[in-house]
Amino acid sequence: MTQTSFAKALLDPEEAIPLGVVGPDGQPDAKRLDVYRNNVAASLTRALEVGFPVVRKLVGDEFFGAMAVIFLRAHPPRNRQLALYGGDFPEFLANFSPVAHLGYLPDVARLEQALRDSYHAADSTGAPLDTLTSLTEAQLLQARIGLAPSLRVLRSDWPIYAIWAANTRGGPAPVMHGEELVILRPEFDPEPHLLSPGGAAFLTALQADKPLIEALAATGEGFDLSHILGLLLQGHAIVRITS
Amino acid sequence: MLDSFKGGLPALAGVGYKPQHFNDILANAAPVGWLEIHAENYMGAGGRPLAQLRHLAERFPISVHGVGMSIGGEADLDLDHLARLKTLCDWLNPASFSEHLAWSTHDGAFLNDLLPLPYTPATLARVVDHIDHVQQVLGRRMLLENPSTYVAFTETSMGEVEFLTEIARRTGCGLLLDVNNVYVSATNQNYDPLGYIHAFPLHLVGEIHLGGHDEDRDSAGRRLLIDSHGAEVVDPVWELYAATLAQGGAKPTLIEWDNDVPEWQVLTAEAARAAALLVPA
Repeated sequence: MTQTSFAKALLDPEEAIPLGVVGPDGQPDAKRLDVYRNNVAASLTRALEVGFPVVRKLVGDEFFGAMAVIFLRAHPPRNRQLALYGGDFPEFLANFSPVAHLGYLPDVARLEQALRDSYHAADSTGAPLDTLTSLTEAQLLQARIGLAPSLRVLRSDWPIYAIWAANTRGGPAPVMHGEELVILRPEFDPEPHLLSPGGAAFLTALQADKPLIEALAATGEGFDLSHILGLLLQGHAIVRITS
Repeated sequence: MLDSFKGGLPALAGVGYKPQHFNDILANAAPVGWLEIHAENYMGAGGRPLAQLRHLAERFPISVHGVGMSIGGEADLDLDHLARLKTLCDWLNPASFSEHLAWSTHDGAFLNDLLPLPYTPATLARVVDHIDHVQQVLGRRMLLENPSTYVAFTETSMGEVEFLTEIARRTGCGLLLDVNNVYVSATNQNYDPLGYIHAFPLHLVGEIHLGGHDEDRDSAGRRLLIDSHGAEVVDPVWELYAATLAQGGAKPTLIEWDNDVPEWQVLTAEAARAAALLVPA
């Protein structure tokens, strides 16, 4: 037995029992190897169920379970922190033909993945409000606004926030339109918020350490600066201001 | 580093920590005297998991139990994983660190199960190298746990107790004796569990695990026990535990319940049963 042959047999039920793997009588026994096969499939499926509950709800438990096994055999975790397992799952969904009619599914998975990433991200403390209000307008425009490490920005051609909300807290039925979102984690619980148009580009520019004036230049009509600053302050998401 | 409990684990009953029990534990943990966490669940950068752990470490000795080091793997240890473990242990300063005599990663893929290895002089040398490496990086002595096994290997040339004893002798590591694993493996591999305990170097045991298992049949219709960590400890395992204590004295003892996690009161009832055997009335 090599671990290569054993690992291969665990991820592929068509593989024969590796040579030299036996029961107490020295004979191969398929049901004994199946314990390991089941453990691998069941525990990794469980990790995906925990990570992607809304995707699971959208496709149904039985379908999700079958799809999870196909995914995990092709994309076993590369990292031992199972709480982060499924980085390849949105891309897999985008190319998995049985869900091709659910065009929003990959982006819903990206939203769930971003919520999880945010949950485990580093802690930070919101900067006091007067660090913002004490600046003149000219100073503010040149300032760099440092954002919390738990903040995540998403853009989708689909109403993923509405889909996510309708399936987690009973929000209204989603209407077809693109959305921009920010995930904020004031303390421990990440929460997605809808942004006005240009909000994602604005935050992405701030994350790249661009001064406020350049971040504003990345936005366009319909952008609402006071709305987004209000969200960031409430979410303790501005951690420093460098003028 | 947190100002956590110094010294090793106390010879009391402990339980595996589950976040849903956080408030119950702070309200009234008795008779639970210490907690165990799975290292891999606390390797994030921040957030609630680490904040809860910081609170718990102020009140309880914590045991860090790894499930993903793949100490029995053919490949070298994953240095990124080892570095994350060191970050956790340096910050938490746990009362104990333990891992498994098993492998779980191959060719970069983490299979998330404790997979078995043949017991031969060659696999022994590899495990010894890996444990030396872990202990050197962490700067602390670790405990190595005996596995639950469902298959055997024709190439195996050493008994499991002999294998574990020799690893401990060569590396200086301690051992974690999972009494349920002894019962499961002995049933599955057709040997006497009490004989295993009698042969075991109990003076090297720094911790005992107790947990539940499922029962099935193999292809030939023989009993096949499956370590599930999802049920109460069965009576034959309690008897084996009592025999272990009679032979080796009181040891820190964990109730392991990771799947279908019950209410806190169910866990503490199991812990109380262990505590009663640890300190006979």
